Amino acid sequence: MIDAGISFHVSEKGYYGDFGGAFIPEMLYPNVEELRLHYLEYMMEPSFQKEFHFLLKDFVGRPTPLFKAERLSAKYNTQIYLKREDLCHTGAHKVNNTIGQILMAKRLGKHKIVAETGAGQHGVATATVCALMGMECIIYMGAIDIERQAPNVARMKMLGATVVAAQSGSKTLKDATNEAMRHWINHPVDTHYIIGSVVGPHPYPDMVAKFQSIISEEIKWQLQEKEGRDYPDYILACVGGGSNAAGAFYHYLDEPRTALIAAEAAGQGISSGHSAATTFLGKPGVLHGSKSLLMQTEDGQVIEPYSISAGLDYPGIGPLHAHLATSGRAKFFDITDEEALAAALECSMLEGIIPALETAHALAVFGKLGAKPNEISVVNLSGRGDKDLATYQKALKLND
Amino acid sequence: MNRISALFASRKEPILNIYATAGYPNLGDTMLVLNALQEGGVDIIEIGMPYSDPVADGETIQQSNQVSLDQGMTVSHLFDQLKNMRPSISVPVLLMGYINPVLQFGVERFCQKCQEVGVDGLILPDLPMAEYQQSYQSIFERYGLFNIFLITPQTSDERIKQIDAVSEGFIYMVSSASTTGAKSGISTDQETYFKRIEAMNLKNPRLVGFGISDRESFIKASNGASGAIIGSAFVKLLGNAKNLREEIVGFVKSIKGLK
Ligand SMILES: Cc1ncc(COP(=O)(O)O)c(C=O)c1O
Repeated sequence: MIDAGISFHVSEKGYYGDFGGAFIPEMLYPNVEELRLHYLEYMMEPSFQKEFHFLLKDFVGRPTPLFKAERLSAKYNTQIYLKREDLCHTGAHKVNNTIGQILMAKRLGKHKIVAETGAGQHGVATATVCALMGMECIIYMGAIDIERQAPNVARMKMLGATVVAAQSGSKTLKDATNEAMRHWINHPVDTHYIIGSVVGPHPYPDMVAKFQSIISEEIKWQLQEKEGRDYPDYILACVGGGSNAAGAFYHYLDEPRTALIAAEAAGQGISSGHSAATTFLGKPGVLHGSKSLLMQTEDGQVIEPYSISAGLDYPGIGPLHAHLATSGRAKFFDITDEEALAAALECSMLEGIIPALETAHALAVFGKLGAKPNEISVVNLSGRGDKDLATYQKALKLND
Repeated sequence: MNRISALFASRKEPILNIYATAGYPNLGDTMLVLNALQEGGVDIIEIGMPYSDPVADGETIQQSNQVSLDQGMTVSHLFDQLKNMRPSISVPVLLMGYINPVLQFGVERFCQKCQEVGVDGLILPDLPMAEYQQSYQSIFERYGLFNIFLITPQTSDERIKQIDAVSEGFIYMVSSASTTGAKSGISTDQETYFKRIEAMNLKNPRLVGFGISDRESFIKASNGASGAIIGSAFVKLLGNAKNLREEIVGFVKSIKGLK
């Protein structure tokens, strides 16, 4: 499963295999370079670690439980655990990263924050830490996402953030990211850009993965307590940019006994022309500062993706995941809107947990995984589904 | 000798470089725009290769890129349009764009095409110096292409020296921290920045870009450099023009102070 000699950790130059790097305009170079030079040093500082872990515990509510899903386990005749990131303050894993990055921003001497958001979870998590730290916060969000994730827009506003609609292109996450980068180009001195996933120029993918790695750090000791071994046979996560997956995989990247399983949004199906399944449809390319797999035309124009889930509606994928996919270290599944909706309903009815639409893509993999009865799977339950209720009501005809 | 070097070597007057999005306002207008720019007296033409996600560009250029793409512009179609530009276009020509379409076209094939049609240099804002040196420089040089780097008010002196060392032709001095078309006019702060760079005695001349829209800002910018670059203001003109050729010639003349 794992070729000896292949590294899944970032290289000195910011690469995972052939993917990564820092393809940024010169206007962003001083900021990204400053971050690159200092991020590891700042993160390691005892005062940083102390504040980070204090906030994760008392503000976010970590550790999040590892819950044995008995009825789902019975249904699929295998052992299924849910890593309850939905119980994080703000309702998703995104806040692990924003806590880390706001502490980073402070050390970099920045006092304004810009971020992009798709589902609004990263926007809410960013607005939350900005309120906590008294920093000015601007969130770019695609005009279409503003509509389909209205509750999160209201939350961001209540937390004091300015929400700006991205009107270009597909009016979703890709375009919100473009606008956030443009904002940073226009405000390089006082502003830090809190990227919401393991995407962007080096060192962002590595920094975000390290902040999210708390997820697998906890899974290790929680599984040890419950099962007497610290690794599962499968670890499953959905992949938009890939931050919750990176966090759940992190401490298992070099563990040959654990299969890494990623779920991508196939939208209406990978050959439908309405999809966001990058590892199935993408080719190597450069977007948002790194070389990775990218959905694009033959002419190198980025294709506007589609998924019912705003958080997975992205034409790229983090460079770590491009490397995991092409090297065969992780297995990727394409999950359609329909399959995700069915999985969301199933998890709600069997376990009493309404998952985010993004997360539902990971849950849908159980129908295809073929895990054996005694094998242990951990699904990263990346977020709760409150924000998706309007979509669920409509798609699942809950009002009928 | 590369046309860019020849121009800077012989020129005493401020150099005017104008950016035009290829295939804009109509797909077939590229050569008409080039010819009119030259007729008006432009010194360098920068042709924008449209891209779906131009992060360094403001709204005006973004929009022109999208219009051009929607009309069917591609990299290979652009090379077709430029096939016979030489020798009637005699001024230096640069292609400006983003790295991804170049990667998909194939870097070597792209450079070969540039040489074939008579392109003198490239401006690829999301191709940073380290990546350029590692994977692109030798190919660009093989086809006689100058790679033009940007510097900004935030670029450190040390990095400016490194950029000067790998640059050929000229350095693109971005007037302020911004995307294209975001600010207009040249402030005293910016003039101080131009003077600071001038005092570094770099081996490469500089052209000032971003925020240049009329004769006044062109002259101000040229005081601290060899000349200046106009982008968004010209693309706006293209978008609104009723008589394209006449208005382009008139615009170039007005910037150069010709009647
Ligand atoms: C709950 C949840 N899960 C997953 C994602 C996808 O992001 P990533 O792939 O970075 O984890 C999002 C993004 O908004 C989300 O809100």
